[in-house]
Amino acid sequence: MTATTTATAIQVDDLVKTFDQVRAVRGVSFEVGAGEVFGFLGPNGAGKSTTINMLCTLMKPTSGSATVAGHDIVRERDDVRRNIGLVFQDPTLDNYLTATQNLKLHAELYGVESGLVEPRMRQVLKMVGLWDRRDGVVGQFSGGMRRRLEIARGLMHSPRVLFLDEPTIGLDPQTRRSIWDYIRQLQQREEITIFMTTHYMDEAEWCDRIAIMDHGEIVALDGPDKLKAGVGTDRVTIQTDDNQAAIEAIRNQFDIEAKLSEGSVVFNVAKGEEFVPRLFSEWDGAHAPILSVSISRPTLDDVFMSFTGTSIRDAEEDPGRNRNRMMAMMHGGGRR
Amino acid sequence: MSTTVSKPTPLGEQDHDETEVVRVHVPKRSLASELRAIKIVWRRELIRFASDRLRIVTQLVQPFLFLFVLGGGLQTLARSGTHGVNLKTFIYPGILCMAVMFTAMFSAASIVWDREFGFLREMMVAPVRRSSIVIGKTLGGATVACAQGIIVLAIAGLVGVPYAPGLILGVFGLQLLLAFTITAFGLMIAIRIKQMQSFFGVMQMIIMPMYFISGAMFPASGLPTWLTILNRLDPLAYAVDPMRRLVFSHLSISPLAHRALDSGITWWGWRVPGLLEAGMILILGLIMLGVAIWEFSATE
Repeated sequence: MTATTTATAIQVDDLVKTFDQVRAVRGVSFEVGAGEVFGFLGPNGAGKSTTINMLCTLMKPTSGSATVAGHDIVRERDDVRRNIGLVFQDPTLDNYLTATQNLKLHAELYGVESGLVEPRMRQVLKMVGLWDRRDGVVGQFSGGMRRRLEIARGLMHSPRVLFLDEPTIGLDPQTRRSIWDYIRQLQQREEITIFMTTHYMDEAEWCDRIAIMDHGEIVALDGPDKLKAGVGTDRVTIQTDDNQAAIEAIRNQFDIEAKLSEGSVVFNVAKGEEFVPRLFSEWDGAHAPILSVSISRPTLDDVFMSFTGTSIRDAEEDPGRNRNRMMAMMHGGGRR
Repeated sequence: MSTTVSKPTPLGEQDHDETEVVRVHVPKRSLASELRAIKIVWRRELIRFASDRLRIVTQLVQPFLFLFVLGGGLQTLARSGTHGVNLKTFIYPGILCMAVMFTAMFSAASIVWDREFGFLREMMVAPVRRSSIVIGKTLGGATVACAQGIIVLAIAGLVGVPYAPGLILGVFGLQLLLAFTITAFGLMIAIRIKQMQSFFGVMQMIIMPMYFISGAMFPASGLPTWLTILNRLDPLAYAVDPMRRLVFSHLSISPLAHRALDSGITWWGWRVPGLLEAGMILILGLIMLGVAIWEFSATE
């Protein structure tokens, strides 16, 4: 599904959000085509949630403009809201009500035609596999079931754009996978545009296109395969009996900086499959012999690394790097 | 397996791929859609109240404690002052107000829960006016508080208050007003508060003094000057007074007892009419509802 053949679902022009002195989002621009699955990738505090909140009309931008489903996010707030579905990072279900009561409440708030509430509810509940549990009280649901119910609820009013803010955060791998199955299925059946944020690299692979965000800016935007191809290097992992000597040998002989990672020697090189035969033929017999070798294509983690110079996990674990922005966000959230 | 699907759909029950997508449409905002939103917010309060039986019981404990334990216990001490009227009968209107008040405040607190547990966000992002949410919440809280009041109303006979139709209807109307105003008042406070603990702290600080000063437990006449002034400034006094007046007008007691117990609220010697008092409560409630709506609309 390509972005260019169909209409634009989201159009963003130079969007800026400043909390007090901190610029959480520093002028982002992009377009999302109708029917696309568009991912926003980046460490916590990169400005993903702030961007999504502005697009959902929950926050007013400091400057810049955006349209969602053809409506301006500031001037036509209600029209935007009628056309979007939202699944937040934090749960927003009423735990004392049953699954159907939650969905009905949503349908009433959105003014869904009464005769269509039941069939639509049945459909979205079946889609996320909760039809059998429809009369269960949400408080007794597992985390994965609740998230699925939130997705079902976000779909109750047939939105044209579905926003998912970290839909799989805190879920086990199996549940994450099943949620992705639903998202994919959904995209095929409902002619819906999906805009999501994640900081799981492996999940971003599922998107048609991804924007990598860091420090409030978009540093890269393309399809996952193209982004990976753009890195230009493969990762080669070798094992020897004397890794330190091997690292030195690689530096001396091939002028490549290798490093030790989890007991193996790892380095990046262009065209890895052509480099490996060279490595073997030129390997000095005096060094410890190479016991095993493997080549892997770049991952989105490598993409992130190549654009930001740090891995996504390090970016999150370095407290100084994001502290200011996080505090600004908490402050902004608390100010109301 | 199947529920009331009104539309004939070509679906094979289990097969997802064959299911035709049911498309719904969200209409533009209108008065009808706002009323629908108010109604569902109101209904949610009722559903939650009805499913929480424990709450119905626990919120009656305090009023009944005051009525039967305090009222019964102080009876002997108070005998000379009440001119033969049972103390329980005397404080009964005040107890009704108490039951309504506590339930209404607790209902208003639900907005703090909603915020803490995230559900508030679901309502905030819906394409409806913020005022509809506040109005729905207020009506919901008022209905629930009134339901609690009816339980207290039902035991009137136990404390010597007759089940006269005029009395029941009048008291019902007054407690409805009170329930509305206290819920609006509670919401006005609760909207600004982010944590449940702080809400209950604030509630204790405001509600208990307001309740004691209102004259729910003692006659509003013959008080020390400072207390008289406070009493006349306490909005709750204007809810307790007409209720007591209504109850006492249906009792057969001596004129002396009437004068001692039900001399009512006066402004510089002028007895404030019950209808004016009720009107004041209503207007106050509407003002507070307005403030609550304004506050809630300003929330981002």
